[in-house]
Amino acid sequence: MKPRLLAENAAVGLEGPLLFLEGTPEAGLGDAVEVTGPDGRIRLGRVAAADRERLTIEVLESTAGLPLEGTVVRFHGEPLAFALGPGILGRVFDGVGRAIDGGPPVAAHQRLPIDGLPFNPVSREPPRDFIETGITAIDLLNSLVRGQKLPVFSGGGLPHDRLAVEIASHARLPRRAGEDFAIVFAGIGLAHDSAEYFRSSLERGGALERTALFLNLASDSSTQRLLTPRFALTAAEYLAFVEGKHVLVILTDMTNYCEALREVSSSKGEIPSRKGFPGYLYSDLATIFERAGCLKGARGTLTQLSILTMPSDDITHPIPDLTGYITEGQVVLARDLDRRGVYPPVNVLPSLSRLMKDGTGGDYTHPDHPALASQLYAAYARAAQTRVLASVVGEEGLSEADRRYLAFGEAFEQRLVRQEGPRAFAESLALGWRLLGDLPAADLTRLSDRQLREHVNAPAGRT
Amino acid sequence: MSRAIAVKLAGPVLRARAEGPFQLRESVRVGPARLLGEVVRLDRDEIVVQVYEDTTGLRPGIEVVGDGAPLAIRVGPALLGRIFDGLLRPLSGAPDRLAAGLREAPATRFPFAPAAAPGDAMAAGASIGDIVVAGGRRLAALVPPGVEGRVLDIRPEGEYDDDEPLARIATAGGEVAVAMSHAWPVRVPRPSRRRLASVTPLVTGQRILDSLFPVALGGKAAIPGGFGTGKTVLLETLAKGCAADVIVYLGCGERGNEMAGVLEEFPRLDDPRTGRPLMERTVIIANTSNMPVAAREASIYCAITVAEYFRDMGLDVALMADSTSRWAEALREVSGRFGELPGEGGYPAYLASRIADFYERAARVETLGGRTGSVTVMGAISPPSGDFSEPVTSHTKRFVRSYWALDAKRAQARFYPAVHPLQSYAEDASAFAPWWSERGNPNWLALRRRFLTLLDEQSRLERMARIIGKDALPARQQVTLLCADLVNEAFLRQSAFAPKDRLASPAKQAAMMAVAGRFVELAEGALARGIAPARIAGLACLRPLARMGEDTGEDELARLDELRADLESAFADLEPEEAGA
Ligand SMILES: Nc1ncnc2c1ncn2[C@@H]1O[C@H](COP(=O)(O)OP(=O)(O)OP(=O)(O)O)[C@@H](O)[C@H]1O
Ligand SMILES: [Mg+2]
Repeated sequence: MKPRLLAENAAVGLEGPLLFLEGTPEAGLGDAVEVTGPDGRIRLGRVAAADRERLTIEVLESTAGLPLEGTVVRFHGEPLAFALGPGILGRVFDGVGRAIDGGPPVAAHQRLPIDGLPFNPVSREPPRDFIETGITAIDLLNSLVRGQKLPVFSGGGLPHDRLAVEIASHARLPRRAGEDFAIVFAGIGLAHDSAEYFRSSLERGGALERTALFLNLASDSSTQRLLTPRFALTAAEYLAFVEGKHVLVILTDMTNYCEALREVSSSKGEIPSRKGFPGYLYSDLATIFERAGCLKGARGTLTQLSILTMPSDDITHPIPDLTGYITEGQVVLARDLDRRGVYPPVNVLPSLSRLMKDGTGGDYTHPDHPALASQLYAAYARAAQTRVLASVVGEEGLSEADRRYLAFGEAFEQRLVRQEGPRAFAESLALGWRLLGDLPAADLTRLSDRQLREHVNAPAGRT
Repeated sequence: MSRAIAVKLAGPVLRARAEGPFQLRESVRVGPARLLGEVVRLDRDEIVVQVYEDTTGLRPGIEVVGDGAPLAIRVGPALLGRIFDGLLRPLSGAPDRLAAGLREAPATRFPFAPAAAPGDAMAAGASIGDIVVAGGRRLAALVPPGVEGRVLDIRPEGEYDDDEPLARIATAGGEVAVAMSHAWPVRVPRPSRRRLASVTPLVTGQRILDSLFPVALGGKAAIPGGFGTGKTVLLETLAKGCAADVIVYLGCGERGNEMAGVLEEFPRLDDPRTGRPLMERTVIIANTSNMPVAAREASIYCAITVAEYFRDMGLDVALMADSTSRWAEALREVSGRFGELPGEGGYPAYLASRIADFYERAARVETLGGRTGSVTVMGAISPPSGDFSEPVTSHTKRFVRSYWALDAKRAQARFYPAVHPLQSYAEDASAFAPWWSERGNPNWLALRRRFLTLLDEQSRLERMARIIGKDALPARQQVTLLCADLVNEAFLRQSAFAPKDRLASPAKQAAMMAVAGRFVELAEGALARGIAPARIAGLACLRPLARMGEDTGEDELARLDELRADLESAFADLEPEEAGA
């Protein structure tokens, strides 16, 4: 670290999060600072603009209670960085990487800038290989691949916390038993009780010791919220690309992050775009979600399974919309399934894993897995259409074939999507083939004759 | 070169006190790392510079040096088979994590064989000789636009650096050295002698495009679609299979993994036309979503300039831009930073004219050197909330002639490509009837019309069925639904991942179109004979028909004749039942 310089009595103005300094040492754009008021509280900040006379500091924590007089600014001489070591696993941090579990400080092996530089696409290794989550709607129909970024689009009050904890506790790499698997879990804008829920359930499930837990609470400042995913991802990159672990990152709730971004942007007087969010929301989210993947020559990988709640369950809201444009698919939860007691309430039709083809089939899962998934989708889409029809003309108005699809849709949700505990992949697969057996074989055009013969076990032409 | 000293920095914008003359849009180098930037405003003795790279760490007092010319790239033989960032700097050889200040491409050596001799008159766009690139392919060493005169001397056959002077030409304005590569300002379209009408489609290998919504060689197509509807997969499939000599693939504000995927896949796939690795005909330009936004705005111009350069050699070039929305958003962000008045959707008022300028650079032309070449542009659009009424989609729609609208419903049912047959169109379609006729499909236009009408009726009937129930529809309408289903399932569905079906030759398309068309005729004939729709729907030959695309390889097209024969006999065997059935 470069020597730290100090500026006292240099503050000449304060406007929202912006602190103006004059007559200070020279500083580079983006350099980190610590702003200490007379109250002794240390606030992180960074250089947002610089001219010859004046520095503009963006304070990254609340500036309430900060006077001009007596405020001291300490310059780091480098952008914000996080000191990391293998000891971060099993530890709990606040949103800006300070240990809050009462344990000793983490022995630092490396300092990494929290805004991690973009990966060179040439250095990326396209993600491959299947991660088993134990959730059929994911494993069978929207498979998660090592190095993928696959978010969960949820809604307020839906059981995404439980899903996150279950996945964190059960996720495994079936073909690489014994390889190092680690979790980075970042709670963003959490209420106290959810923070406690995550900590205690991860501890109970035994996952805490392979987890680095970051907790930014709803009571922490919004500016700090913007740093939390960056600290967490810097830790994850360290574990993956320095320590060589397969890291699963769970960021929850990214909606709180976006709300904080909107608030900070408007306090800076920026021109708002859709729904008051800044026009750069897409690029900003990309700097977070793109920090996932595999690197050539690196042993470890970084997979992101982040959670966001769709405001008013609206998937066209800018937060899920822009996220969907960046991530490699999405798992969508639905309120009506939840209401009907289906857990996990995964709405399969709008869900998608784009990398599925790279981590399923062949050696990864089962050679006929992709065809099965495609056929289940086609059939369930038809069932959903039939449901709409039935709601208008009534079940009596349906043809015999349509009634079979109606029943299939019901079975699909109640027997395949719904599950109590984690399911092994083989079990999910068998269940999928069994469900198709209830449909007219002639309709199963996404399956080859061989697949039909071997798995669905019905002579072609049976209706 | 003029110099300036930075006095104020904020984000990617800086102000500097000029110590010499600068021009608007001049390209500049900033600070010790020589970051690329562009002068966007002149203000008395100060210049305002938009920096294309991450400005972290810059401080007041650093030096800004002008290039004396607008932002330009070097076009030459070293482009093929490689990947570049949005400012055309090579990414291979760059570090794993990209810091600002990437190096420009180092010189590469190529064999050169002169085709001109001292004393020869050379017009702009003429070739001074052949360059041999990977795979033994020969490219022209072009005299740059604007240069014209007699050859003073020219180097003998041999291997040279691509930026090394090979010939000196005496022009009215003095001596000019010509190398294999030359610089060209990206925002200026490369000139040609004249634009040519296009009577040929660009064969894409996608049935729903070639057979229903073709794009002309030198044409322009837009692919709007919400997230996950298949824009990228479609563009990549086109890049792999379309009948172009050179592919320029622009990843504009999209995912790093997609670029990595292309880089991994293309060298291993064969160019369907030459059998050489696909990568050898491809230039990739990538400004992924986490790379600096300002460079994203410039990347689209770099890409089209590269495309025009290969066009000028008399080649057919296809440019895939994924996604033009990210470019428009970059434009919006840059404009907002300079306090320009935002218009519709926050975009600057000149959005429409910028989109028009870009697509105008697509054309089939007679080049300055007298060859025929083309640039076909295919641009993805990512409308917010999948709503096609937003500014980028609606403006683009005015400037393109082929419009391939992707449909979320189809994508959700995993029906690919999810091109919506009713919302899409191709304005040039009827011009291609003779072309199809020469390729064994004399009925193309009629069949195309028949299929489109069927699909149109289907959507109307489905709405009606939703009210009265499918079984309550009259028999003729039930047959219409059946036929429309078959056109969808058997003809239009084509997975990009089906080994035998990811690309379909015009011959396969023609044969499949004929089989599907014959089914429609036979079904209607059977209906007229009093056969109940349910019995047509129950025919055993429907399943192989629905799978004929994925089950029939290019070397098994005879199978389609068998299918057709089965179809004939199955219908012939259908006997009308006694009344009431
Ligand atoms: N032609 C196709 N054949 C088979 N599968 C396809 C096809 N098109 C799309 N898909 C499937 O749909 C997924 C999403 O497609 P794609 O990534 O092209 O969407 P997109 O429109 O580019 O989305 P975004 O705007 O978010 O980038 C793919 O990962 C693939 O699984
Ligand atoms: Mg895409």
